[in-house]
Amino acid sequence: MNPRKKVHPALNVLYVVGLVLFFVAFMFPFAWMIISSFKTQSEILTMPPKWIFTPTFKNYVEVFEGQDFLMYMLNSFVIAVGATLAALVLGLPAAYAIARRRLPSLGFTILVARIVPGITFLIPWFMIFSRLKMVDTMPALILAHMLVTMPFVVWVMIPFFEGIPNDLIDAARVDGCTEQYAFLRVVLPISGPGIITGSIMAFVFSWNNFMFSMILSGVHTKTLPVAIFNFLSYSEVNWGGLMAASVIITLPVLVLALMTQKYIVRGLTAGAVKG
Amino acid sequence: MSRWIEKNLKWVFPAPAVIFIVVMMAFPILYTAWISLTEWSMSAVTPAKFIGLENYINLLGKDHRFWMSVWRTFYFTGLALVGETLIGLVLAVMLNRDFPGKNLLKTLFLLPMVATPVAIGMVWLLMFEPTIGYLNHFLKSLHLPQSLWLASEGSALASLVLVDIWQWTPMMALIILAGLVSMPSDPFEAAEVDGASAWQTFWHVTLPMLRPTIGMAVILRSIDALKTFDIIYSMTQGGPNYATETLNLYGYNLGFGYFQMGAASSLLMIFFAIVMGVVIFMNWARKGALS
Repeated sequence: MNPRKKVHPALNVLYVVGLVLFFVAFMFPFAWMIISSFKTQSEILTMPPKWIFTPTFKNYVEVFEGQDFLMYMLNSFVIAVGATLAALVLGLPAAYAIARRRLPSLGFTILVARIVPGITFLIPWFMIFSRLKMVDTMPALILAHMLVTMPFVVWVMIPFFEGIPNDLIDAARVDGCTEQYAFLRVVLPISGPGIITGSIMAFVFSWNNFMFSMILSGVHTKTLPVAIFNFLSYSEVNWGGLMAASVIITLPVLVLALMTQKYIVRGLTAGAVKG
Repeated sequence: MSRWIEKNLKWVFPAPAVIFIVVMMAFPILYTAWISLTEWSMSAVTPAKFIGLENYINLLGKDHRFWMSVWRTFYFTGLALVGETLIGLVLAVMLNRDFPGKNLLKTLFLLPMVATPVAIGMVWLLMFEPTIGYLNHFLKSLHLPQSLWLASEGSALASLVLVDIWQWTPMMALIILAGLVSMPSDPFEAAEVDGASAWQTFWHVTLPMLRPTIGMAVILRSIDALKTFDIIYSMTQGGPNYATETLNLYGYNLGFGYFQMGAASSLLMIFFAIVMGVVIFMNWARKGALS
């Protein structure tokens, strides 16, 4: 598909230089974040930067001692897992029905969920959750995060379920089992890759979510993005601590992304490219 | 019982999701629409007072800050999309070729878009810092003029666009790359037989075939770009002096900063209509371009 032509050597050099520049530009902020997290405040404030320095772990110690970061991590994790599992329970059968029973209007409604600006929901939610005394509780946050995770799971799974051959389901039904049983025993097991894609992305979206958590969380349910943002409110910015906190929050997602990259590519490009 | 479920699978399977959508989405949108017709400061003592379309009239007719935020929303989205599409196209073409370490590189390019936006915002905040930030130091070492970045009203929004481009160009590139890889080889062979140059082939064969893919990617990206919140709020909160206050930020500030729930709700309804309008328009333009 890629016609091999004789390429001028100068072009080849340009090509390699270009790739390296892209690589440096896109990786630099991560490198800067990690390097700065091991520097003292005065080293960070020094320009030109010192590339060789004695790394300090003080920032990391401070983050965990100064704030209840372990609890924020746990909160983020519980909410992300909860919002992902709930999205699967609700989203998988819905996606199956949309894909196999042709329910375009429901598919469209779920697409609209991606389009509506999130704050539109926040005012009513905040009121209702306040009235039910549910602000600052896990269920409220999980429900709110499901608004992001559930449509995404459905969005990823519809093409997957559409691609499953009818014969497979028919065969199961000839054997006398109901369609819902076939869904559980035949369809779901072979949909592993799709479910993994949907789950990983749902988890990442929930873990990263800032807006819903900022309004609906409180002392007991504060998540990592909100905790990091609160760092800024001190009079003098503690850059080292801020960078250490940023490393702590991004590292799990980055590791997850590196381990499961082929699923993530599929998830992010879902719907844009057929096939 | 199980036979009944099977017969009504069409209704039973989506039911939990539909209930969720009605309770958590449809009802809140209607509620916001209602609040947008009232004056209310979220007080439990003073109930919402119905004032008809006054909030809309105030916003559309008298509020300069509103129109500025509309302009900024489009400026941010337009600039980001142009940058992301062009750079993404270049990157995709470069990645559509085998070289050692290609898969690792592709994986690393995923990181900007999965990394937590608030944390990314903090890193860029440090890099943008006019005196101690790395970017100005870098410009200085190249003998280029330095910038105040987020600290100046003139450059703050463009600086945020830069962060958005950094975050989302890889996604554009990966989508375009998937389009490139799935192309049939016949047209390229025909072009080669006809003696077309590499540039001619790209311009007349590759690009037209990529159009549907790019079109879809642009639509998906613009939905999210119009609604950008995390990066902007965590880095500037709309400042300095409202210079980065987009519609999403203004809506948030009205609602949760000033507790003017009525005005905030009417802004959000307009915002929703704008995003919807952009999606419908782009979809229409995409279909027009295809036929």
